[in-house]
Amino acid sequence: MNTAYFDNNATSAVAPEVLEAMLPYLRDLYGNPSSMHTFGGQVASAVFQARSRIAALLGADPEEIIFTSCGSESDSTAVWSALQTQPEKRHLLTTRVEHPAILNVAQYWERQGYRVTYLDVDDKGRINQDEYLRTLTSDTALISVMFANNEVGNIYPIQRMAEAAKKNGVLFHTDAVQAVGKTPIDLSHMPVDMLSFSGHKIHAPKGIGVLYARKGVRFRPFLRGGHQERGRRAGTENVPYIVGLGMAAKLAGEHIQEDRIDMARLRDKLEQGIVARVPDCLINGDTENRLPNTTNIAFKNVEGEAILLMLDRLGICASSGSACTSGSMEPSHVLRAIGVPFNYAHGSVRLSLSRYTTEEEVDYVIEHLPGIVENLRAISPYKN
Amino acid sequence: MWNYTHAVYDHFLQPHNAGALPDANAIGEVGSLACGDALKLYLKINNKGVIENVGFETFGCASAIASSSVLTDMIKGREVDDALKLTNRDIAEALGGLPKEKMHCSVMGQEALEAAIRQWKGEPPVPHTHEEGKLVCKCFGVTDAQIIRAIRENGLKTLEEATNYTKAGGACGDCRNEIVQILTAELKQKPFTELRPRPSLTNVQRMQQILKIIDDEIRPQLAADGGDIELVDVDGRRVVVSLHGRCSQCRSSDVTIRNLVERLLREHVELDLIVEEA
Repeated sequence: MNTAYFDNNATSAVAPEVLEAMLPYLRDLYGNPSSMHTFGGQVASAVFQARSRIAALLGADPEEIIFTSCGSESDSTAVWSALQTQPEKRHLLTTRVEHPAILNVAQYWERQGYRVTYLDVDDKGRINQDEYLRTLTSDTALISVMFANNEVGNIYPIQRMAEAAKKNGVLFHTDAVQAVGKTPIDLSHMPVDMLSFSGHKIHAPKGIGVLYARKGVRFRPFLRGGHQERGRRAGTENVPYIVGLGMAAKLAGEHIQEDRIDMARLRDKLEQGIVARVPDCLINGDTENRLPNTTNIAFKNVEGEAILLMLDRLGICASSGSACTSGSMEPSHVLRAIGVPFNYAHGSVRLSLSRYTTEEEVDYVIEHLPGIVENLRAISPYKN
Repeated sequence: MWNYTHAVYDHFLQPHNAGALPDANAIGEVGSLACGDALKLYLKINNKGVIENVGFETFGCASAIASSSVLTDMIKGREVDDALKLTNRDIAEALGGLPKEKMHCSVMGQEALEAAIRQWKGEPPVPHTHEEGKLVCKCFGVTDAQIIRAIRENGLKTLEEATNYTKAGGACGDCRNEIVQILTAELKQKPFTELRPRPSLTNVQRMQQILKIIDDEIRPQLAADGGDIELVDVDGRRVVVSLHGRCSQCRSSDVTIRNLVERLLREHVELDLIVEEA
């Protein structure tokens, strides 16, 4: 059975070019970039090339790129560094729709006595900008707002929010795990102080992440030890993965324009195809401002996990914010924050595309998903 | 991904007796759209009191649909009083087991069956009337009677288990203290001989075991409410702890100490431990 993969916001395929670029560093070039001999030293130049490629993708300087193990490590480090360098400030500002990598960290600091504000969102998942400005204080150590939401794909106005933060002298971090490679980011014109992203969402392997830290912003390492990453993140460099991520960043930069057009075209075809064939469904999130690869569709009177397992039998990979998929008793925190109507909230399905999604895969889902919803509705006690 | 059994998959993909039964003379309904799962069970009971035909409509996940389907197989052709002996564990076992987080699906089947038979007998529907129990979980509409029954029939011991079986406490969490109180009262009714006899402990053993229970059992439950706990001292049978985070400002921290911390430490370490707040 072929796999029709529509779960790219969870993780993405490793690009063939990325794997090829990595292999020499797994086979022969195993030196330590810190070594004094040529065998190790040649590896250092590969790490530098990767750093430069990532910097180019983001409009940053190579020195501003810190390699980490994952997006979560980058997020934890950003919050840690902001709090440690400004011990007099006791307030954190974030949103209710962040990834757990930020939400659970914020809750941890809340338990340590920090005041945390979780900005609410409206029924499209948008942040009220007036409330944001009202909540900023001189006591705010860090603002952390995601660039794009993983569940519904909303893109947040980071440019304006970061500018407001800068005007008020408050550090600004963004979790851009879902945004990098899918929406243009130019940090040379965007006053973001720190930015996190992860390799495996842009066709590099799992286990490599990046924290961008703007030059001049005070920094405290989260992981202490060796001098690697200019003393900002200890641990011997994960050379093959860094090289892989460098290649993935190069590809993302080269393809971003056409990827955005292609993914949006296929996503719209998929979404319209489903909406046209399934009565009583709605699109979650802000359709005016979202990632080109994501759609989150809520089906009335059916439950998301049941849809996912039916899709799975056909080789279609998707995900859901329904309660049952996570083992919790409630729909996801994002769907609850948005306030998806109760008769739709349990039936939401996320489909996320990539550069490698094909027209055939889209057609296959359009062919099968409506029948699945229809069958589940036929045995549901709720008909209207 | 859930580790569902083949039986769950079979019943989910090809449900038996699915659909409404037009000539049903007993209908049991439990759950709701807002709760995320619901079952409407249709029975055709003949004048000898035998369930002749069954139908169901379910809104819910794979395990909810599978539990409904297997239930219809189990009760078709049975006398009503015989069918009433079915427990949620029988339903789960017929499916080769359910993930623990999904046990409430089997409870839903049992409750729908009872509601249908009560309707047929002309009795009031069970769960949500106040004579039958006090409403504990407002989010999912679960009464103390339902929670007590799940505790007794399934030998539940922790808040997490009570939530997995009844859903109570699974949303806003306001009723978690009350559920812990119900659990405490239920567990106290058991004679002490039912608890594992333990050899007396040395100070070091006692301290190690207390630390382990705090880390493994107590801290995760407090963390769910944004709280945390620290062991300050162990002096003979006296255990001194301090609560942090949300727990430190919580008006019911006394209740937490007695109902959660002391109960779990007594249950797992030594029966005569006394827990105090620093």
